[in-house]
Amino acid sequence: MTTILRPAISVVVLLTLLLGLAVPLAFTGVAGVAFPTQAGGSLVEREGRVVGSALLGQNFTSERYFHPRPSATTEPDPENAGSTRAAPYNAAASAASQLGPTSEALRGAVQERVAALGGGPVPADAVTASGSGLDPHISPQNAARQIGRVARARGVPEARLAALVAQHTEGPALGLLGEPRVNVLALNLALDGLR
Amino acid sequence: MTLEGWAQIALVLLLVVASAIPVGRYVAAVAAGRVTFLAPVERAIYGIAGVDPARGMGWKGYTLAMLAANAAGFALLYALLRLQGMLPLNPQGFDGIAPWLAFNTAISFVTNTNWQAYSGEAAMSYLSQMAGLSVQNFLSAATGIALALAVCRAFAAGGLRDLGNFWVDLVRMTLYLLLPLALAVGLAFVAMGVPQTLAPYVQATTLEGVAQTVPLGPAAFQIAIKHLGTNGGGFFGVNSAHPFEGPSALATALQIWAQQVIPFALALTFGHMVGDVRQGRALLAVMLGYVVVATAIVYAAETGGNPLHLAAGVDPGMGNMEGKEVRFGQALAALFTATTTGASCGAVNAMFDSFTPLGGLVPMFLIQLGEVLPGGAGSGLYSILVFALLAVFVAGLMVGRTPEYLGKKVQAREVKLAMLAVLVLPAAILGFTAVSLVLPAAISSIQDAGPHGLSEMLYAYTSAAGNNGSAFGGLTADTPWLNGTLGLAMLLGRFAYVVPVMAIAGSLAAKPKLAESRGTFPTHGPLFIGLLAGVVLILGGLQFLPALALGPIAEHFALLAGQTF
Repeated sequence: MTTILRPAISVVVLLTLLLGLAVPLAFTGVAGVAFPTQAGGSLVEREGRVVGSALLGQNFTSERYFHPRPSATTEPDPENAGSTRAAPYNAAASAASQLGPTSEALRGAVQERVAALGGGPVPADAVTASGSGLDPHISPQNAARQIGRVARARGVPEARLAALVAQHTEGPALGLLGEPRVNVLALNLALDGLR
Repeated sequence: MTLEGWAQIALVLLLVVASAIPVGRYVAAVAAGRVTFLAPVERAIYGIAGVDPARGMGWKGYTLAMLAANAAGFALLYALLRLQGMLPLNPQGFDGIAPWLAFNTAISFVTNTNWQAYSGEAAMSYLSQMAGLSVQNFLSAATGIALALAVCRAFAAGGLRDLGNFWVDLVRMTLYLLLPLALAVGLAFVAMGVPQTLAPYVQATTLEGVAQTVPLGPAAFQIAIKHLGTNGGGFFGVNSAHPFEGPSALATALQIWAQQVIPFALALTFGHMVGDVRQGRALLAVMLGYVVVATAIVYAAETGGNPLHLAAGVDPGMGNMEGKEVRFGQALAALFTATTTGASCGAVNAMFDSFTPLGGLVPMFLIQLGEVLPGGAGSGLYSILVFALLAVFVAGLMVGRTPEYLGKKVQAREVKLAMLAVLVLPAAILGFTAVSLVLPAAISSIQDAGPHGLSEMLYAYTSAAGNNGSAFGGLTADTPWLNGTLGLAMLLGRFAYVVPVMAIAGSLAAKPKLAESRGTFPTHGPLFIGLLAGVVLILGGLQFLPALALGPIAEHFALLAGQTF
């Protein structure tokens, strides 16, 4: 028995020390020196305060901002122990709706969102929840639909906002991989910086 | 579907196959002991462990050593998860993991399944992720590769008494293959935005003045091995859909590459080890063909969109976006889906539960086909070799000759053991699903009504028994019944499968290797490739069709009829 147990226990323990502690700790050190911003979560600061991460979406409800996609994240309900309540863009608990294609709840939600946006056709990303609940991006079509509203709320000419959206529209990586998109936090930060 | 979308798919698959060629040759060199740049580390490990690296093991000795290593890994991981509340590197102060969940999670990571009934950022300490889950990502992948090497050796020569040394194969695959790749891919992930830090979560105040917790952790290194080892267990709850786990289309493309390269390379390693590279290419052709077809179906189904939503006023241009991220797009989501389920990885960059019925059928069916397309690290190769034996057996029946594969006669014992292995998957999947669909304690876990609810349950046992780990996430999996039975399904899918496979290897190794004659059925040409593809589909897939008809296929017709649940 010891001919099997000794190698089993020692190999597992030794490789745990190597692959679970020594290497990842050294790797963390190297990563922090080589790419300090990314390794630390791509935090975005304004006036010395952390306002979020460049990679994580956050909720915007004010008419003065561009709005992100619907988010299915939740938080514990303080009034009802053991259950949860909606909390869009709660980054402490990433989540999708997980509703199926024939779900009446999902169809109802989509219909409501389309109606809230003034009727169709609306870009799909504007009325569906993302896989993470933290999608930082919207499609350029979605952003374009919001320009009029934001322009009215801020008293800024639409052409100026259209230019700002165009400036914040990222294309596919290497000209091929991925889809055109607009980072909502970056766009709204730029919006606040307009004068 | 667009031309740009197909160009993305073609580019990533081209890079996978192009890199599989050198990696496949390299793995054969490592397996033969020709790579030695970490020899002092190797020697130190063998010395402390009391292993004589020159001593070969028969199939029983090899299998027992593998089981012992996995049992030790399970015990250590279970203890770490239960005790994490008292251990260091726990800046968020998470409690120990509850017993059933710890049991399920430990089995899940030891068997290379990485089914997750918890959400990483809300439950796991940095120590548990790093020294527990990451380590099993390495060890379970290396275990699979070691077993595959042992099976390859059985075909390499005649009259063999041993299949290699498990400890040596395990250590070498870890040190020379997985570790260097994980360091390189991990660093690329950090550059792309995946966090790698021990700092606690950051409290941010959003532009609208709301508090937002930014979760962090030593994620990049673990995510690298999660894909390279076809493990698939996310650092964060929503896996590669999380903007920290899959920050960009480039990152998701690199993850697809990483979860494909080793399984494809191992098919070619097989060719090198048996001394005929054409044999490896034939296996690779079957695997690649299925990946392309599966990707096309998912891509077409998802870009078509959900007719109910289109009728509600959704523009059809982006396809079905529920559960998907804008930055990846439909093409990379489809390729990721087909590769993660074909490769027994189980990472996801989009939520299958919200796919159209046919888009969700494909990942489920790919797992049910036996995780051979290309399958997990190592497990894909030894599983497709089982199908290859059955394919030559079927061919032998048709012409009335004793079947041979690579000069080894395939006789009653091997075919019985092969069928035993192949039946493990349907028995575990359909058996547990059937019981769960009549148990109130299990049914209460289902989120969606109608046929989709059946799909959620069927997918869970499919994923567990196939050692995949992806999910139809609406299912509430953290219950004693599901934690327990899914854990058993994972154990059966891994070990009840591989023990008969190793017995086949032992039996074949001892046989003489016959010279090729004019009557030999060639196993590298298009005829064999077609036959193998058919055997995988019929022997692997047929028994699941009734269940699929009640789930995704019924839902597809309900959707066309405009019915909701």
